Order: sequence, then C-alpha cells, then structure tokens
Amino acid sequence: MTNLAISLLIGVLTGAGVYLVLRAQTFPVVLGLTLMSYGVNLFLFTMGRLHTAAPAVVGATEQSADPLPQALVLTAIVIAFAMTAFVIVLALKARAALGNDHVDGTHIPQADRVIDRRREPRA
Amino acid sequence: MTANLITLLVLLPVALAAVLAMTGRRAPGLSRGISLAGVAVLLVVSVGLLLGGQGDTPQVIELGSWAAPFGIVWVFDRLSGLMVVLTSIIAMLSLLYAVRRDEDSAGPHFHALFQAQLFGLNGAFLTGDLFNLFVFFEVLLLASYGLLLHGNGRKRTRAGFHYVVVNLIGSTLFLFAVGALYGTVGSLNLADITLKLPQIAPDAVPIVTTAIFLLFTVFLIKGAAFPLYLWLPGAYGYASIPVAALFAIMTKVGLYSVLRVDSVMLSGNTIGGLVETTALIAPWLLWLGLITLLLAALGVVAGRTLRRQVAYLIVASVGTILIALGLVTGSERELAISGALYYWIHTTVLSAGFFLLAGLLMRHRPEAGDGIEAAPPMPHAVLVGSLFFAYAIAMAGLPPLTGFFGKVMILAAAVESPLMAPIFAVVLISGLIMVIALARTGSRLFYQSQATPGHPAHSTPRDARTPMPGLALSIAPLAIATVMVVGAQPLSDWLETTAVQITTPSGYLEAVMPDGILLPETAPGKFGQDYPDYEGGKH
Repeated sequence: MTNLAISLLIGVLTGAGVYLVLRAQTFPVVLGLTLMSYGVNLFLFTMGRLHTAAPAVVGATEQSADPLPQALVLTAIVIAFAMTAFVIVLALKARAALGNDHVDGTHIPQADRVIDRRREPRA
Repeated sequence: MTANLITLLVLLPVALAAVLAMTGRRAPGLSRGISLAGVAVLLVVSVGLLLGGQGDTPQVIELGSWAAPFGIVWVFDRLSGLMVVLTSIIAMLSLLYAVRRDEDSAGPHFHALFQAQLFGLNGAFLTGDLFNLFVFFEVLLLASYGLLLHGNGRKRTRAGFHYVVVNLIGSTLFLFAVGALYGTVGSLNLADITLKLPQIAPDAVPIVTTAIFLLFTVFLIKGAAFPLYLWLPGAYGYASIPVAALFAIMTKVGLYSVLRVDSVMLSGNTIGGLVETTALIAPWLLWLGLITLLLAALGVVAGRTLRRQVAYLIVASVGTILIALGLVTGSERELAISGALYYWIHTTVLSAGFFLLAGLLMRHRPEAGDGIEAAPPMPHAVLVGSLFFAYAIAMAGLPPLTGFFGKVMILAAAVESPLMAPIFAVVLISGLIMVIALARTGSRLFYQSQATPGHPAHSTPRDARTPMPGLALSIAPLAIATVMVVGAQPLSDWLETTAVQITTPSGYLEAVMPDGILLPETAPGKFGQDYPDYEGGKH
C-alpha cells in the first residue's frame, strides 16, 4: 500500500513537473523543474527499498536499510537546490532584460496590450 | 607519484577556482597569472602522463583507499588521458584569447568559473562511477551557465535560459537512470555494474534496459544529437568568443560518456542473460548520427552569423562521430573508433580556433560583426580571409587538412556495414552542403567588402598596421591540424592501439575490479561468492 502511494506520488510530481516545464512563461517552468527534482529525489530514496524500523546501521536491527540511496538523495537535493536558486535568478534577469517573462522573450501578453490601450489618449 | 599527478588534474582546477573566487575582484592581474599558470600545469602534466605511457594500462585511483565497488574510483586510461589533453589545449587557447583580448574583465569571476569548468570536465573524463559522473556533469554545467552569461547581453540571457532548462531536465533524467540502475543492479561503479548485469533477476530486465536507454538519452542531450541539439546553436552562437571556444569540448563530454559506457558496460554483455547489449544502443547512434549530420549541414546553410555556422559545424561533427560509434561489425569497430578519435581531436581543436577567428572578424567589422553580410573592408582582409579559407576546407572535410582524413578513416570502416550506402550518401552530401554554405559565407565576408548603402566605406580609420591581438591564437589550431596531417601515420597508429584498448573492456574491468570475475561470460555466477557479506541493493 505504501509502495503504491509512493509510486503514485512520484508519478504525479514528475507529471506535474513535465506539464509545467512545457508552459511558455518562465515562472511555471522554474516550478516545473522544482517539482521534477522532488519527484526524482523521492524516486532515488525509494531505490533503497521501503523499510520500517530499519536504521541504516548493520547489526542494529535484524534488517538494515541501504544507506547509499540516502547519501545520493542528499547530494541530489543540494544540487537541485543550488540549480533552482540559479534558475530563479536567471529568470528574473531575463524578465528584466527582455521586458517579459515568455521563455523566448518575444511574447507580448494579451493583458499588457489591454492596459496599454487604456493608457493611450483617446482621439 | 603517478596517482598524485592524475589526482592533480582534477584537484588543481578546483583549488584554483576557490582562490580565484577571492582574488577575482581585488587583483585582476594576479588572477590572470594564476589561471594561466594553472592551465599550463594541466597541459604539461596531462601531456606528460599520456606520452609517458601511463594510460597504456588503465591506472585506477581509489578515493580514500576504498576498494572498487565500495568507493569511488577514477580511471586514467588512454581515452580519458586524450580527453584531458584536449581539454587543456582548448582551455589554453581560449584563456590566452580571453586575456589577450581583455574579454575576461567583463565580469569579476571569469577565471574562477573557467577553472571550475575545467574541474568538472577533467572529473567527468576521469571518473569510473556513474553518480560521480552526474556530480561532475553538474559542476561543469553550473560553471558553464556562469560562463555563458559572462558579459551580459539580451540574446545571451535568452539563449542561456534555454540552455539551463534543457540541461536541468537532462540532469533529472540522469538521476532517474542512475537510481533505477542502482535499485536493480545494486551498484554505481561502472565496472561493477558491467560484471553484475548478466546476473540480475529476469523481472528487473525491462527496468535495467529502460534505465540504460535513459542514460544514453542524457548523454545525447549533452552531446547535442538529433532531436536534442536545438539548445546548442543558440547557446554557442551567443556566448562570448573565449567561452564558445571552450565549449567546443562540452559536446565531447556527452560523446565520451557514450563511448565509455557503451564500450565498457554494453559490449559483449547481456542484461540478465536475456537481452544482448552489444548492439542495443549502436544502431540508434548510427541513425541519429546520420540525421544529426544532415540537419546540421542544413543548419550551416541557414546560419546568418559566422558563430552560428560554427555552432552547426560542431553539431555536424557530433553527427559524424556518432555514425562512427554506431558501427559495431567486428574488427571494423576498432577502425571506426580510431577514425572517430582522429576526427574528434580535429573537430575539437579546429572549431575552437574557428570561434577565435570569428572573434577577430567581430572586432574589426564593427558595422556587421560576424553577420554574414557585406561591410566596409576590414584590415588584414587577405590574411584573415586566408585563415577563414583554411578553416572552411578543414571543417567541411576537404583535402589536404584533417577533416578529410578523419572522414576517410570513418568511411573506410563503414565499407563493410550493411548501411554503407546511406552512410556514404549522408556524409558526402552533407560535406558538399557545408562546402557550399562556407563558400557563400567566405565570398560575402571577404569579396563583397565594399561600401553598402548606409555604411560609408571608411567609417573608422583603418590601415594595414592595425594591431590584431589574438591573431596567433587562431593560427595555432591550424598548426596543430598541420602536425596531425604530417604525423598522420604515427598518430593513427597510436589511436588504433587506443581503439583496441577501448574495444577490449576486460583490461578496464581487471584494473578496477581485480578481485571480481574477469569477464562475465568466462565464469558466470562467480561474482556473488567474492563478497559473501555484501548484498548490494538486493533486499
């Protein structure tokens, strides 16, 4: 049961991440990358198999958990954290340099156009 | 002593990166000196190790003296040694250019990022552990993100965002692949995985196969193969010149990983005794290489700046090398790999040099930059034009320069292949397309250099004595190419021995896992008895 719940969670996180990465604005893309990294971290963690009351110490209990996936997931979390920070800064920089938050930097959102039109003096 | 020198290749750049991060803002002159000295040491040590025959049998460094499957190992053999030497050469060229042209002063941390990039590159070439490879990929990518954005610019920011997002997705896939391999095979050490692959449980075979395909997808993202190369022309085409030149080695990290994992882990192996892995990936490499090469040739035609054209030439070289790596028929494989390595050295050095030449053009054509359009005449047009001509024939693969020899070696290996006709057709036709595209570029850049409407003929004072700093640096790669032509016989002999070392993975496995079984097929089932207390990931 726990196995099923965890697998579904990995699937939902990764699926939502993929969906968001395919969006055209930078903020959803950054969120999507974060969700994907959550999904993969959980996946890495479960690669040591799921145990209850089994510390990663040989001999402490009858069955011991594999410590390596825990070490891997720690490394992956640190790297993903640094990368997320970097992507956010880059997205902000792109927003400032290009004047909009489209991933290609070319799109003029519809809402902005409406606002611009209102500001135009009426003849 | 040898072990210390090999470790130095990885540890020196990271130590220097830490120092340079502190000195970068305060003492720019000192930083330049430290950075240049560091790269010079790397160049001397790596060339010395390789020529000293240290890679003839794989040298294994056990980090923390932990034996192979338990600790991380670094392996220095001829292939990784060659890659480290190439990295040092490219780094030396682009660093000298950056210093000579004052491109490093656009941001305070250029040298720190540069050394961090070398740390990641050398580590990725030397490691024998898949998770360690992931970490080094991240190191080199994070440094490359910083270098790519060096010097600002709107287009650079946009291309940088695409590059970063694509590579982060690649990293996520890499983690999925590594996790799935560890969960089923129970190891992250490349040699250990190789030995354990035939013995995994039948129900895990589909998972392992999927993980292997995922792993190669990631390598092909980094290596820029069809359909995953679209990030490259933008990123390389807008990067500053020394950075673009250094990036000439970046796609080769992906290709190196393909070659390393394919030759060690898959050749002559099976997954759980059910799936033969020798030809599991190779046909994909061959077909993807053909498509990449053809599309990249069209990309060269479509490129509207010289840098973008060179970026597509890099993609084309990736395609050519993938074709060679995809040939698996018996003894032809050694010929194909040695040809691919020859082409590999050629394309890495010359595309870096081509970027440096584009940098010369940009500085002396202020109106048009490296755009392929007519502009007022530039100083030293004859000299620069001749250099362009030499680069163009080398990169397009015309005799008498290195690109031609590399392609001939690869095509000679393809004669026996059942796909000989499409390989010959694609390689030759794409070569023709690239020649046409570069000829057009050359005539636009150098023959139509008259005053155009809106551009006066002499908008800036120019004469033949205008200094051209960095000119020697764009001649140096051509000199290397000439040496490669003159010394083609000894070099290709050396590369053939290297190819033999690559295609016989037992040497690598014995060096890394001396207590493990030598080859899976010689003594199947013996492995588990060597480590009775070790259960791996099997719970």
